[in-house]
Amino acid sequence: MSEPTTGPSGPTGDRAGAGPMPGTPTATPGAAGGPEVVPIGAVDLGLTPSVTAHETIGVRKGAFGSAGAGDTSGFGGLIAPIVMPGPSERPYGGDFDAIADELELALADAGVPAESAIERVVVDRGELTFFVAREHLLEVARQLRDEPGLRFELCHSVSGVHYPGDPGRELHAVLHLLSITHKRRIRLEVACPDGDAHIPSVTSVWPSADWHERETWDMFGIQFDGHPAMTRILMPDDWPGHPQRKDYPLGGIPVEYKGATIPPPDQRRSYT
Amino acid sequence: MSTTYESGDAFEPATEQAPAPDTAPGYDTTGGRVFTVTGGDWDSITLDPSHETERIVVNMGPQHPSTHGVLRLILELNGELIEEARCGIGYLHTGIEKNLEYRTWTQGTTFVTRMDYLSPLFNETAYCLAVERLLGITDDIPDRASVIRVMLMELNRVSSHLVCLATGGMELGALTAMTFGFRERESILDLFEIITGLRMNHAFVRPGGLAQDLPDKDDKGQDIKVRIQQTIDLLRKRLPDTANLLVDNAIWMGRTSGIGYLDLTGCMALGLTGPILRATGYPWDLRKAMPYCGYERYEFDVVTQTSADAYGRFLIRLEEMNQSLRIVEQCLDLLQPGPVMVDDPKIAWPAQLAIGADGMGNSLEHIRTIMGTSMEALIHHFKLVTEGFSVPVGQAYEVIEAPRGELGVHVVSNGGTRPYRVHFRDPSFNNLQSVAAMCEGGQVADVVAAVASIDPVMGGVDR
Repeated sequence: MSEPTTGPSGPTGDRAGAGPMPGTPTATPGAAGGPEVVPIGAVDLGLTPSVTAHETIGVRKGAFGSAGAGDTSGFGGLIAPIVMPGPSERPYGGDFDAIADELELALADAGVPAESAIERVVVDRGELTFFVAREHLLEVARQLRDEPGLRFELCHSVSGVHYPGDPGRELHAVLHLLSITHKRRIRLEVACPDGDAHIPSVTSVWPSADWHERETWDMFGIQFDGHPAMTRILMPDDWPGHPQRKDYPLGGIPVEYKGATIPPPDQRRSYT
Repeated sequence: MSTTYESGDAFEPATEQAPAPDTAPGYDTTGGRVFTVTGGDWDSITLDPSHETERIVVNMGPQHPSTHGVLRLILELNGELIEEARCGIGYLHTGIEKNLEYRTWTQGTTFVTRMDYLSPLFNETAYCLAVERLLGITDDIPDRASVIRVMLMELNRVSSHLVCLATGGMELGALTAMTFGFRERESILDLFEIITGLRMNHAFVRPGGLAQDLPDKDDKGQDIKVRIQQTIDLLRKRLPDTANLLVDNAIWMGRTSGIGYLDLTGCMALGLTGPILRATGYPWDLRKAMPYCGYERYEFDVVTQTSADAYGRFLIRLEEMNQSLRIVEQCLDLLQPGPVMVDDPKIAWPAQLAIGADGMGNSLEHIRTIMGTSMEALIHHFKLVTEGFSVPVGQAYEVIEAPRGELGVHVVSNGGTRPYRVHFRDPSFNNLQSVAAMCEGGQVADVVAAVASIDPVMGGVDR
């Protein structure tokens, strides 16, 4: 929201613009299986800084996504950034402008500058997403629930997404809110670095977030400060690691079927 | 050892209080004196008046038959009074969300259908709606596919509510309700088997539409529409049996009225939806409030009750089954011939299913046609099935009204042929949080009724 864009970055990313570049190293075969995500600092993408500002979550190499084999296609040198939908310009369309206006007014009344609380607003596929700075999450949540023009009574779900290719913002907590009064849904997204995985808990605003936050801690290792009992919920209490993170292996054993051996899913040849 | 009494002997109580044979001596901990008891009479332990204030912690489940699968309830009791009730979950965690990241988008339906195993078609439809939103093809889904989706979902709602009534009845001792419930559910599962090939875990709804069209004939050679209508008529005839058994039944009302009470404020705070929310009198149903799959075309009523207790939820489920049958009948009228898959060869699988020697699989005749038509068609078929289709970068959230409440699906794509992240907001998972609010302060026996009225399915809770 704070930085202007040079142009709208479509959902498919600017693939053509970042085509095969001279001087980039040929893609080396990585571990078989799984999407190969390279931190954006590792390769020079030749992109304008505004595009790389926290929307690029990695790069895609080659044209057919099959890692672990030689480059038989000749497209192995192709490198394309994976760009999440970028910030939207007003008007957002539909109810979304009214929601954003109400929220900005409410935050101003509460003494929280909207520019620092709302990092950016993304409208994509008919859904409204506010990226919220974690230090202001509680205040934003309270305003979203209590302001008569907003009234998001239900915190529908809290879950996580792990973006190891987005340095400094590896872990995202995603909150989906529902307003029964206005029949609207919005999404809040809060990012935190892997090394300091702390996000304030919204259980004081929506008690229903209790189990959802525990599950997010269990699966991603995001600690929700202020949660009454931040313990594991699905995995056993003494389980090591957080299974939904991208660096956590899927596990599995080879299966024999009619004489042939089928490797576990994360070791099969894949086309991502 | 045997003891003989001669006639005329008066029974004299022992002068010294001998410890009962089934008592444990107990031991002191920092938290108080602890007794481990596996049977016998509690009074024989609590003879010492200093024990009267002691609380007992009882683990109900995860193998207890009345806790709906592998739910573990940790109850802190004071006599028969529940002082604290907590849930232990995770015993059925199978890592489906993680596994989805290693399969194509289409293969995902095979996994998600196994989450909440009593409402598989809801899981599939919610997932497919989310993927379709990511692909931007929501408006291109053929009408026939949407109508069939609605029809299957509503039939599934009936079968799911029937299991709720059946198991709920069994847990409270109403065994006839259980046999009736499962008998009627069977007629719907037969219909599912004819239409999708499987009684459960269908993987029939696919991104872009359906795996295949309705069959022309059922297993008896009748027209499929006739068969569906017959099932509706059968259910219309039989559902009142279950209702007559329980609705005015004094024992049933005594066990459920005023039990598991949770008012609208509590429902809002705990994010409860579905029959529990409607039992407070608030008519919130996504099919009416925020329609999807063309629900705005169907005529039906949102059922509410105002008692906010287990009995009210039971009445709501009974009536919702009738409303669902109304919708299924309207679906039969709306069914027009046409495609059931989106008209995009990059997404639609060029597949037809048939029964082969090793079970259901791709129709060999169809494959022969493809192979005989063109080499390019064969390559395309092969790539689409092995590699899958790419989904543009972004995220989407779709919510539908499942039998137990709002089922939300959050999908994230990084532009590849596999999901980057899929999260299911299962209504059972969220609704189970209300166990403490519903049970604390009540009796042990009422826990069973309250949990049954939440109707949690652990496959969906733990995923």
